[in-house]
Amino acid sequence: MTIQSRFGPYGGRYVPETVIPALDELAAAYERLKDDSGFRAELNSLLKDFVGRPTPLYFAGRLTEKLGGPRIYLKREDLCHTGAHKINNTVGQLLLAAEMGKKRIIAETGAGQHGVATATAAALFGIPCVIYMGIKDIARQELNVVRMKLLGAEVVPVSSGSQTLKDAMNDAIRDWVGNVEHTYYVIGSVAGPAPYPALVRDFQSIIGREARRQVLESEGRLPDELVACVGGGSNAMGLFAAFLDDQVSMTGVEAAGEGLDSGKHGASIERGQRGVLHGSMSYILQDAYGQIIEAHSISAGLDYPGVGPEHSWLHDEGRVRYDSVTDAEALAAFTLLSETEGIIPALESSHAIAWIVKHAEDYGKDGVVIVNLSGRGDKDVHQAARALGIME
Amino acid sequence: MSRLEELFKGRSKKALLMPYTTGGYPTVKDCRQVLEAFIAGGADMIELGVPFSDPLADGPVVQASTQQALDQGVTPDDVLQLASEFTSRVPVVLMIYYNCVFAYGVDRFVEAAAAAGVDGLIVPDLPVDEGEEFIDACRARGVDAILMVAPTSPDERIELIAGSASGFIYCVSVAGVTGARTSLSEQLPDFLWRVRARTDVPLAVGFGVSTSEQAAEVARFADGVIIGSRLISMLDEAPDIGDGCRTIVKFLKEVNEVLN
Repeated sequence: MTIQSRFGPYGGRYVPETVIPALDELAAAYERLKDDSGFRAELNSLLKDFVGRPTPLYFAGRLTEKLGGPRIYLKREDLCHTGAHKINNTVGQLLLAAEMGKKRIIAETGAGQHGVATATAAALFGIPCVIYMGIKDIARQELNVVRMKLLGAEVVPVSSGSQTLKDAMNDAIRDWVGNVEHTYYVIGSVAGPAPYPALVRDFQSIIGREARRQVLESEGRLPDELVACVGGGSNAMGLFAAFLDDQVSMTGVEAAGEGLDSGKHGASIERGQRGVLHGSMSYILQDAYGQIIEAHSISAGLDYPGVGPEHSWLHDEGRVRYDSVTDAEALAAFTLLSETEGIIPALESSHAIAWIVKHAEDYGKDGVVIVNLSGRGDKDVHQAARALGIME
Repeated sequence: MSRLEELFKGRSKKALLMPYTTGGYPTVKDCRQVLEAFIAGGADMIELGVPFSDPLADGPVVQASTQQALDQGVTPDDVLQLASEFTSRVPVVLMIYYNCVFAYGVDRFVEAAAAAGVDGLIVPDLPVDEGEEFIDACRARGVDAILMVAPTSPDERIELIAGSASGFIYCVSVAGVTGARTSLSEQLPDFLWRVRARTDVPLAVGFGVSTSEQAAEVARFADGVIIGSRLISMLDEAPDIGDGCRTIVKFLKEVNEVLN
């Protein structure tokens, strides 16, 4: 099998034996179809006409001027159908599921964006869909819960553990273990057991391939820096993958929550240790006995105590820098982008914006930076308004 | 042949009775009483779980028990200590998720288990392909690495697993997580014959076995019967620990009758 299952010491398949044959089946199907011209044509057609690709690489002129630093481009994944990059992956995986003859779709979701994107793709293919979501996330992302239900999905509330993405993923895996022969599990990030990290990266890599072509068109050269937020890390891997062989610096921005020393953050790479969570070896937040520690972030999509295994490897190799910004810095960037560019970003993406705001002066006026605007902020307006004191 | 294999092969009953409970549940002190009840009920071997925050192979009953144990601060060291108090009286195997083993240090944990007199280790999220370091460490310390096979495992994987197995092979009765089920899978006999044809290592069946009728059915095809969630439910439903333990002893004796 040629699909990458290990990234240095990271990755692998740490799951119950029951699902190993299904992972083998998935890897074989993906291996067979990924370069198949019919499959590629169908996927490209869906990405163009259903998702709305290519997304623009937008020069953020007012933000650039305000920061007085590098020329900042936003990769507008917020303009994808359903409002975030997640759909790039779900459309690809649903196409795979349909080819494999699967009769039922399950997924986990944190912020609800992956849940909505999965429910959307499942509706498109006419396959029944069940979404697992922590009750804490259901409370803070009500809009997305309604969207999933409108799309015909069943939303199963998860009340175990921290009641967020981590626990939703546990329950999705448990469901899969019990229904593995006819059910397809759509993992939403570059996490989980192999082949998911490589498969999700490949489906998201359209982001970077487009951005690379677009920046060459508008600037005539490659950028100096790529910036993307990292929870599990799918939007970041999607942007970075196309540039890994180039002389381009890259930064993944984790959630520092209330501060790295507060104990309330989601910075798995900066503050975690090597361990196994949800089927793969990576950096995770854990105590001395290997019990998983709850993550914290104002953004539900970054509220996860693990990270995709390829990120751990890119960190160890020194190929990508990983840094973090706090809830407060992300909120300030949320407001700043809304006011200067007329774009309300997702709180997740606001972390990437906040990072370039903090580091703009490290780049000259002629510097070129691409920030992945992974999603739009409609889902976050109530939460942000409360945090900003705009409404009760 | 390991001690566990000798126990299986020298048995006079149809199948060994192997009750499971979560280490430190409901409390460390009460858990001792539960293990005493297992012995009083005729357990041939005891399976003790090490609580983990994210037990993805477990259903709601075991999940809740591990969470309650964790809420009281139960650690792998506490469970090793608990096991060591019983290993001179009955063989004990531990069920532990891989991250707890990894965080402890694979070799260091296996060494600690051996020192506690533990005969075998079951790691439900460590398939044989990822288990080389762990299996080697177990061999070096004379502890059986208990591997799992599932009804979904194709013949080639069963052969691969059998090639590294020792002690017994843990046959998962159904595709699913732990927890009581109203009936056994109709495919169970065929599945067990598929495994039996590929190994001489004894076979124990777990996941979903919750009544003496099911135990009797399993004993027709397997060498050991593992019962877990049903026993934890008995503790959950009892007014106090003494009452729960009495219910467990009575139930295990009933099961033992059909296994003898």
